[in-house]
Amino acid sequence: MNTLTTDLPCDLEPQDLIDTLAVELPEFEPRESQQTKYTTCYMCACRCGIKVTVEDNKVRYIQGNPNHPINKGVLCAKGNSGIMKQMSPAKLRTPLLRKPGTERGAGEFEEISWDRALDILEQRLAHIRATDPNKLAYFTGRDQMQALTGMWASQFGTLNWAAHGGFCSVNMAAGGLYTLGHAFWEFGDPDWANTKYFMLWGVAEDHSSNPIKLGLKTLKERGAKFVAVNPVRTGYQAIADEWIAIRPGTDAMLALSMVHVLLKHRLIDDEFLIRYTNAPQLVVNTPGQKGDGLFYRSPVSEGKASEIQVWDLNSETFADASRADIAPALFGEFTAPDGTPLRTSMSILVDKYLDDQYAPENAARECGVSAETIERLALEMAHVAFKESITLDVEWTDWAGRKQTQFIGRPVSMHAMRGISAHSNGFQTCRAIHLLQVLLGTIDCPGGHLAKPPFPKHIPPGIKPAKVSAPNTPLKSPPLGFPTCPEDLVIDGDGKPLRIDKAYSWDAPISAHGLMHMVISNAVNGDPYRIDTLMLFMANMAWNSSMNTAQTLEMLCAKEDDGEYKIPFIVCSDAFHSEMVAYSDLVLPDTTYLERYDTISMLDRPISEPHAACDSVRIPVIEPDRDVLSWQEVMIEMAGRLGFPAFTREDGSRKYEGYKDFIINFEKEPGIGFLAGYRGKEGDKSLRGEPNPRQWEAYEENEGFFEFHLAPNQRYLRHANRDYLELAKEAGWVGSTDQIVIELYSEKLQTFRLAGQGLYDGPMPTEAHHKARLQKYFDPLPFYYMPLEEQRIDRDEYPFHAVNQRPMFMYHSWDSQNAWLRQIMSQNYLFMNRVAAEKAGIEDLSWVWVESHNGRIRVQVKLMEGCNEQTVWTWNAIAKQKGAWGLSKDANEATDGFLMNHLISELLPRKGDELDRVTNSDPVTGQAAWYDLRVKITPAAAGETGTWPTFREVKPLPGAKASPQALSYATHRNVNLKRPMHDILTRGEK
Amino acid sequence: MAKLGLVVDLDTCVGCHGCATACKQWNTSGTIGPLSDSDPYGRDPSGAWLNRIRTYEVGDTPNSKTVNMPMSCMHCEDAACVTVCPTGASYKRKEDGIVLVDQDKCMGCNLCSWACPYGARELDPQQGTMKKCTLCVDRIYDERLPEEERKPACVITCPTKSRVFGDFDDPDSEVSKLVRERGGQQLMPELGYNPVNTYLPPRNKKAVEVYEVKPSLGKTVKQWVNKVIAR
Repeated sequence: MNTLTTDLPCDLEPQDLIDTLAVELPEFEPRESQQTKYTTCYMCACRCGIKVTVEDNKVRYIQGNPNHPINKGVLCAKGNSGIMKQMSPAKLRTPLLRKPGTERGAGEFEEISWDRALDILEQRLAHIRATDPNKLAYFTGRDQMQALTGMWASQFGTLNWAAHGGFCSVNMAAGGLYTLGHAFWEFGDPDWANTKYFMLWGVAEDHSSNPIKLGLKTLKERGAKFVAVNPVRTGYQAIADEWIAIRPGTDAMLALSMVHVLLKHRLIDDEFLIRYTNAPQLVVNTPGQKGDGLFYRSPVSEGKASEIQVWDLNSETFADASRADIAPALFGEFTAPDGTPLRTSMSILVDKYLDDQYAPENAARECGVSAETIERLALEMAHVAFKESITLDVEWTDWAGRKQTQFIGRPVSMHAMRGISAHSNGFQTCRAIHLLQVLLGTIDCPGGHLAKPPFPKHIPPGIKPAKVSAPNTPLKSPPLGFPTCPEDLVIDGDGKPLRIDKAYSWDAPISAHGLMHMVISNAVNGDPYRIDTLMLFMANMAWNSSMNTAQTLEMLCAKEDDGEYKIPFIVCSDAFHSEMVAYSDLVLPDTTYLERYDTISMLDRPISEPHAACDSVRIPVIEPDRDVLSWQEVMIEMAGRLGFPAFTREDGSRKYEGYKDFIINFEKEPGIGFLAGYRGKEGDKSLRGEPNPRQWEAYEENEGFFEFHLAPNQRYLRHANRDYLELAKEAGWVGSTDQIVIELYSEKLQTFRLAGQGLYDGPMPTEAHHKARLQKYFDPLPFYYMPLEEQRIDRDEYPFHAVNQRPMFMYHSWDSQNAWLRQIMSQNYLFMNRVAAEKAGIEDLSWVWVESHNGRIRVQVKLMEGCNEQTVWTWNAIAKQKGAWGLSKDANEATDGFLMNHLISELLPRKGDELDRVTNSDPVTGQAAWYDLRVKITPAAAGETGTWPTFREVKPLPGAKASPQALSYATHRNVNLKRPMHDILTRGEK
Repeated sequence: MAKLGLVVDLDTCVGCHGCATACKQWNTSGTIGPLSDSDPYGRDPSGAWLNRIRTYEVGDTPNSKTVNMPMSCMHCEDAACVTVCPTGASYKRKEDGIVLVDQDKCMGCNLCSWACPYGARELDPQQGTMKKCTLCVDRIYDERLPEEERKPACVITCPTKSRVFGDFDDPDSEVSKLVRERGGQQLMPELGYNPVNTYLPPRNKKAVEVYEVKPSLGKTVKQWVNKVIAR
């Protein structure tokens, strides 16, 4: 033990001790040349608040902002590596134009001025806009400025706009918004502070990075149970109390089998179902006839609109479902006065899930989770929901104006994201999980799944996708919206798609985020038509963001017989030399996140917390040292040049000087703009108020964010909480204060099913495969079906599921090339269950061929225990094209890394039928089915080593300096702490 | 006198590497900086890190578990790295027990890294001196920082708050309490270096009661009875 004597006074308190010691230490930091600035991280999609110490225009230190609602001071590996993003040698320096006479993909560019670049773009776009605006396809990647880019596209007049949600999150967004009015993704959170049982479904490291980590810590500290359902045990699953190694794509079966168990024992929250959901609403039961499966409504009579009916147990009559003074029957069969047979939604639901196919012993065969486990998990959740419920004594007013005295909490919560979303059955799976939550009464209650303002919204949000495009004319509504019936589809009179990605067509009627993954393939195939210009922002469609990468690269270079490219002009904006750059004709260099102004807006994907409406900004902390312009500024500049009505005055002059001016002064409706905080002339108004000329300064003074806390009576059951709904209406989040009735049974889906059955008074498909898909997949109640790829391949020939995820320290980051992060991982392997590998004779670290219906790759295997036996998986997007991203040509990413993308087709597996040209996506939402992939694995022959396929090397950009071979980053010379002379002389003797 | 060090909670560490990169960015411009990198954009990039995360699978299916194990200097009470240092560059501060390397005296001979059983010392490939965790000695006493920020960068940043900094000699400190209450373990205590940093083992699995049910209930919805519940 340390018995050192000291000359320090021995009665010092610890703090005194530190004070005494502090005197002896040198000043380590050159404070006089340092400044602290606040902005918002952009190393991924999480959008944490950061406090940045800057020294001589270099970043000294980036730390989490302790006052920020999202991350509360913590920061992940990505956020902590922002310095190396800023230092990346792959940063684009100046606009680039493909050299005349050179081939696309060769990477031969000339540097041009911004004036020339903007003139080229303006000329191209002005012509398109004046002739056929849909010839511009404008798609964006990992940006978080869709409110601006969507508005821009709308003003341009093209239907062909979307962000990357179609290959990312749409199943979760749509699954939630068509059921609860809020969702997983970024629209809801578990009530970390109160939940006692948390079930995490699938890969979920993709969004809410730090909030989930903070939440898991809270759970563990409080002794809540954490169950992880995931074929792979990495990341969060490692600390779960129970890991359920489910077979990929069968989560709906697991969820609905748990529903089966709950129903079998009638462990459901009757009060919640009757008060807050459409479970008691009466459904017409006339199979094979028009109107079947729609709600039974009262006849229209004078002065009274037609209303959905329930059976009132008090009066023993039919009654309007929206009335407060009734006791609706949850179960039962009834007959309408005109003789129409009716059932409650709940009765249909109970019949459906009590069916034997969902019994645990049958579900077990499908999802690889034992019947005992399924039963136990369901009963554990029922126990926590009903025997460990919590009550908050708070006075609040319900939707009907009645005073209530308590919020009852059923402390079971769930979260799901990519792992559920990226299957072609993800929409119905997401709905199945929500159904489980609703039956337990765990929605927006203490301890349950909480909405985040501006959610919940009415179901679905009231925006319909635009259908009509005309020269030099803005669209009448945004390009993306939420269809509620076949009339809302974006199709022509013959039922053909009007959008390049075929969103809102019979192929994918509720594709609320578009289908970015189909744009290149469709445009090159002229199916449904050709375009002129493809404009991409921050989207690496030439590499890891495309399915079928090898063929996508060929498509990007494909030419007509006359030598013209099939996609005549490609524009990309990116801050870095991504793979997309070489395949572009015009490259516009963007700023980094530390160099730009930006808004994380309530009109977009805000950073709200369950009990606070929040938004935030980015404010530059570093001066760019390159000739770059943020894409936001390019958007505003182009809007002015092209004379968009919303951006110009009647005399044609520009309304806005630039992005900052636009953000302050643009009003969506009176008093509502991009930023909800510090509004009004004096900056003292929140949520709604006239523009504040000092709004940016106000955000800067308030550490870059705005937080509006909900009062205790506005925090729960917000779908039926008048105190909340009145605020939400005032803030423009909802259109009315009507109760948001949770839709377990979706009549909206049923309208599409009727169209498929030929029983709809409105647009109906003419092709057999469309009819069949609508009939099968537009079930008004969630159900399990085998993912589409599995349905079309020989499952015995391709026995393994192949899925992928990104490592936590790279998820949703643009930073695989980050000098620090790539030291953690620069090569990916194919991970495989050890037992399964032994059966197949595959050894650890051996090379194997992995083959799907779409192609094959050669990769190196690593064996592990924590993996479902029928599953192989890898870290996605580690591989890079040789020469891209400032990496040397022998970088591990280029020589040993591999993309699973080559195996995944953007189209369904070919069978020689009409589905051959149909997207490999969820048939409801168009969500890219990344995780449906099935493969076979065979050992590579002796001597067959190395990753295959390999790709040609990308040429260095003009004027690009060679990337450094060594780094010794520091903002100042270190102040060494010298060993004291006394200590040296005594050799530290004790 | 103080015995400063870290408690690392293996029950909540998800292996996100946040602590590792926070450490790298603070310390590369810190008292022991820079922390250099070789081939940062080339093949097999490597560099000096003061904190690394190892992830292990323990046991075979079906009894296996994934453990994330952050590793940095343990600030041993009997630090072999100090004993073996031929130039006297390595030392353990009497005031607080932090083990440091005086960069002016280090000749980069690597003896200390061979002596350290925890792999905590790394040779800076450009500077030629040994780098190691300083417990952010350039933060923890800095009165110009807000008091809540006078902690090691890895502790401040940890998204699951799995890292706690404090004085192990103070029985009332948070670290001492955690070690007592959670059965904190030294890593490889049998080697006799008496590491100060302590790991909290994963908690026992949470057991949840199941809702007691009777085996048979009505199988068809027609048998279900409505309850009169006011909307």
